[in-house]
Amino acid sequence: MALTSSRQRTGSRDRAFFIDTESWIMRGLLGLGIVWLVVGVVLPLFPMVTRSFQDTAGTWVRQANYVRYLTTPALAQSLTNSLWVAIATTLLSVGLGFIYAYALTRTAMPGKKFFRTLGLLSLYIPPLANAIGLIYLFGNQGLITNGISGILPGININLYGPNGIILGEFLYCFPQALIILITALNLTDARLYEAAEVLGASPIKTFFTVTLPSVKYGLISALFVCFILAFTDFGVPKVVGGNYNVLATDIYKQVIGQQNLSMGATISVFLLVPSVLAFVIDRIVQRRQTALVSAKSVPLQPKPKPVLDWVMFGFCLLVVLFAFTVFATIILASLVKVWPYDFSLSFQNYSFRGVGGGGYAAYWNSIRMSLYTALFGTGIVFIGAYLIEKGRGLKGVRSLSYFLSTIPLALPGLVLGLAYVFFFNTRIWWIPFTGIAIYNPFHGLYGTMAILVMVNIVHFYTVCFLTATTALKQIDAEFEAVSASMSVPFYKTFWRVTVPLSLPAILEIGIYYFVNAMVTVSALIFLYPAKLPLASVAIVNMDDAGDIAAAAAMSTLIVLTSLGVRLLYSFLTQGVRKRSEAWLSR
Amino acid sequence: MVSTRFKTIQSAFSRHRWRRFISLLSLSCLVTLFVAACAVSQEDLQQAEGGATSDDTSITVYTALEDDQIGDYLTSFEAQHPDIEVNIVRDSTGIITAKLLAEADNPQADVVWGTAASSLLVAEDRGLLEPYAPKGLEAVNPRFRDSANPPTWVGIDVWMSAFCVNTVESEKLGLPIPKSWADLANPAYKGHIVMSNPASSGTGFLSVSTILQNSASEEEGWAYLDALHENVAQYMHSGSRPCRAAGQGEYPIGISFGYRAVKQKAEGEPIEAVFPEEGSGWDVEANALVKKPVIKEAAKTFLDWAISVDASEKYAQNFAITAVKTDVPPPEGFPANAEAQLAENDLKWAATNRDRILEEWTKRYDAKSEPKS
Repeated sequence: MALTSSRQRTGSRDRAFFIDTESWIMRGLLGLGIVWLVVGVVLPLFPMVTRSFQDTAGTWVRQANYVRYLTTPALAQSLTNSLWVAIATTLLSVGLGFIYAYALTRTAMPGKKFFRTLGLLSLYIPPLANAIGLIYLFGNQGLITNGISGILPGININLYGPNGIILGEFLYCFPQALIILITALNLTDARLYEAAEVLGASPIKTFFTVTLPSVKYGLISALFVCFILAFTDFGVPKVVGGNYNVLATDIYKQVIGQQNLSMGATISVFLLVPSVLAFVIDRIVQRRQTALVSAKSVPLQPKPKPVLDWVMFGFCLLVVLFAFTVFATIILASLVKVWPYDFSLSFQNYSFRGVGGGGYAAYWNSIRMSLYTALFGTGIVFIGAYLIEKGRGLKGVRSLSYFLSTIPLALPGLVLGLAYVFFFNTRIWWIPFTGIAIYNPFHGLYGTMAILVMVNIVHFYTVCFLTATTALKQIDAEFEAVSASMSVPFYKTFWRVTVPLSLPAILEIGIYYFVNAMVTVSALIFLYPAKLPLASVAIVNMDDAGDIAAAAAMSTLIVLTSLGVRLLYSFLTQGVRKRSEAWLSR
Repeated sequence: MVSTRFKTIQSAFSRHRWRRFISLLSLSCLVTLFVAACAVSQEDLQQAEGGATSDDTSITVYTALEDDQIGDYLTSFEAQHPDIEVNIVRDSTGIITAKLLAEADNPQADVVWGTAASSLLVAEDRGLLEPYAPKGLEAVNPRFRDSANPPTWVGIDVWMSAFCVNTVESEKLGLPIPKSWADLANPAYKGHIVMSNPASSGTGFLSVSTILQNSASEEEGWAYLDALHENVAQYMHSGSRPCRAAGQGEYPIGISFGYRAVKQKAEGEPIEAVFPEEGSGWDVEANALVKKPVIKEAAKTFLDWAISVDASEKYAQNFAITAVKTDVPPPEGFPANAEAQLAENDLKWAATNRDRILEEWTKRYDAKSEPKS
C-alpha cells in the first residue's frame, strides 16, 4: 500500500514537472513571437502615425493633415476608384483562382504539375515588367491592339485607366489567391464525398454542400488578401493607370512627388482602415471553422471525368497562356533593339554594361537576400502560426498575435519601407510624454542585409501566415489532445506530426517568400544601402533611365531564376513529400 | 497518510509558485537591465547626437544623375583621389529627396550630387543641408547657384523642358511638328499629348511653374493650361515617362526634358527634340553638403572636385549648359545658344508657391480626370 502510493506520487510529480516546463516553453515562444511582431510591425508604425499629426517641419498640428486630405475634392474620387478596382480585381482573381485550384486538386485533369508551376508564373515576374508587358501588348502600339502589325484584327481594351489596373492587379493577385485556395482545397476528407455519392447527391449538390463549406475559410482569406493587395498596390496604377486616381498613387504623389512625408503618412493611415474592417469580418467568420482533416481522414483521389477534366484543362491552358504571353512579350522586349521600330534581335542587353543598377552584382545580392528571406521567413511564419493555432493557454496573447500577423498585408510596401527608415534609422528615441531618451537597440540593423530580409519577411508575412493557418486549421486537434494525454511534449508532436502533415504548405511558403523577395521593390527602395544594389531595384532604375530592354532582360533573369529554384526545390523535396504524404493514403 | 498527501500537494503548490516567482524575477531583472543599458544620460545625449564615428576614407553620395553618366564622371575623381572610396546611391529625384528627408534624424549621406535644386530647397527648408563654399566657386555662373554666401547648393548643369515628338507617328496621324507651347494648345493635338503630372514629378512641376511665370499674368497662365488640358491624354507619374511613351509611339508627343529627347534620338528612336520658341522651363542639378554631427573632409574634397573644370568638361558632354563654362561644344541635338533658350524662372518663387500651385492644379485637372471606361 505504502509502496504503490509513493510510486503514484513520483509519477504525478514528474508529470506535473513536465507539463510545467512544457507550458513555460510554450509561453516563452509565444512571448518571443509577440516581441518579433511588435518590433517588426507595430513599433515602426508609431513614428509613421506620429508624423501624420505633424506638419512637414515636425510641428504638432493635430488633425490638420486629416482635415486637409478629407476636404480635398480628389479624395472621394480616389476612394471610389480604389474600391471599384479592388472589388473587381478580387472577384476576378478569386473566381478564376478557385476554378483553377479546383481543377488542380479535385479533377483528374492531365498536366497538373505543369499547371501548378505555371499558374504562379506571374508571381515570378517583377510587377514593373508585367506593366511593360501589358503596355507592349495592349497599349496604343500594342501587339494585340494592332493585331500583330495588322495581320489580325486589333483589339483595343483602353489599357490606360481602370481596365489596365484591373488587368495588372489580376496578374498580381491571381497567384496569391491560387496559393491560398490550393492549400484549402488540398486537404479534404474523401469519406465526405463517398458519403455524398452513396446518398445519391448530384455533383452540383455535392459541390455546394461538401466542397464549398470545406474551403469556406480559405475562400474568405483569399478574398480578403486580394482585396487588400489590390486596394493598396501603387505599382500597377502608377504605370498603366493613366489619369485614374487611386489612394495608393495619392501616397506616391505626396511622398515622391512633393516630398510631403506627413501627408503620405496621413493617407497611409486611411489605407489601414479597410484592413482592420476585413480583419474583424474575418475573425467573426472563422470562429466557426472546424478541422476538416481528422485523424481518420482519407485523402481524396479524384476520379477521371473526361468532360470536366478537358474543360478544366482548356480553362487552365487559357489562364496560363495569358500569363505566358505577357512573359513572352517581356523576353521579346529584352532582345529587340528599339521597340516597336527596329525588331533586330541581340543578346547585348544581358551584359548590363553601360546601364546602371549594379548589373550582375545586384542579381547575386537579390538571390542571397531571397534565400535568407525564404529560410528565416518560413521558420518564423510557420512556428508563429502553429503557436497561435495549436498553442494552449494565453488566449489573449494568441488573439493579439493573430491580429498583428494580419496587419502587414494592409501596409503598402512604400509605407512599410518609410516606416522602417523612421524607426530603425534613429539612434536615440524619445519616449513620448516622459522626456526620457533611450538608445535604439535595433539601430545597428540599419543599412545591413538583415533589415532587408526583415522587411521582406514582414511585408509578405500575412499571406504566408494565412496559408500556414489554413493548413493547420485543417489538421484535427485530436493529434494534440492525444499527444498531451500521452505526455508527449508539444514540440515533439509539432516535429513529428504537424510539420510532416503541413509540408506542402511549408514548401509553398518558402517558395512564396523567395519569389516575392526577388521581385519586390516598394519597401526596399528606401532601405537598400549603397553597397547592396538589388536586381528588382535595378529594373526600376533601368526602366526610369529608358533602358527598357535591359530592364526586361533583368526581369527575364529573375523569372528564370525563380522558375529554376521552384523546379529544383520540388525535385529535391520530392522524396520528403512522398514520404510525408504516404501515411495519409490508404 | 492524509497528512503526507497534504504536504505533497502543498509542496507541489509552492514549488509551482516558486518557479513562477523566479521566472518573473529574472524576467523583470532582464527588462530593467535592458532599459538601463539603453537609457541615455544627459551628457551622453549631446555627445551621442554628435558622436558619429568618422571614417574619412569613404563617403556616401546620393545622386539623381543618370546611371550611365556616373561611372564616367567618377573615373576623374578616382584618378585624383584614389584614397577616397565613394559609395553611390542613385535614384530618381523624388526618391533621393524622400530618402534624405526620411533619414533626417540620422543622415546616411555625406553629399548630395547632381539633384534638382528645387528639391534641395525642400531639404534646405528642413535644415538638412550645411552651407559650404567649394573651391573654385567663383567660376560658377551665379544664376545656377544659391545666392547666399556660403551657398547651400551649387549647380553643376542645367536641364530644361523639351517636347519629345515621334516623327513616325506624327506623320501617320498627319500632325505638324509643334514648335511652341502655343502650338500644343491647338485642338488638332487632342488626345495626342502626354506630360508629367506636376504633383508626382519635378519635371511636370517645372513645366507648369514656367508657364505660370512667363505668362502675362497668372490667370492667363491658367487659361493656357486649361487649353492644354483639353489635349492631354495622360498625366504620367514620372519626368522621363512621357518621352519614353513618345519613343515607343504610345503617344506622338511627350512633354519631358531635353537630355532624354536627345538621348533617345541617339539610341535610334524616331524622336525629334523640340525646344519651344517661348523658352524652356529649367532647373539646376546641384550639389550640397549634408548637415551631420561630423562632416568628413572627404565630403568637402568631393564637392570641390564636383565643380572643377575637369568634372565640368565631362558634364558638358551630356548637357548643353554647365554651371562652370567649358569649351566643350553642346551635344548634338541641343540648340546652339542653349542659354538663350531658358525662360524666366525664379526657383525660390517656385519653391515658395509650390503648394499653392499644386493645389490649384489638382483642383482644376486632377479631380476632373474621370474614368474613361
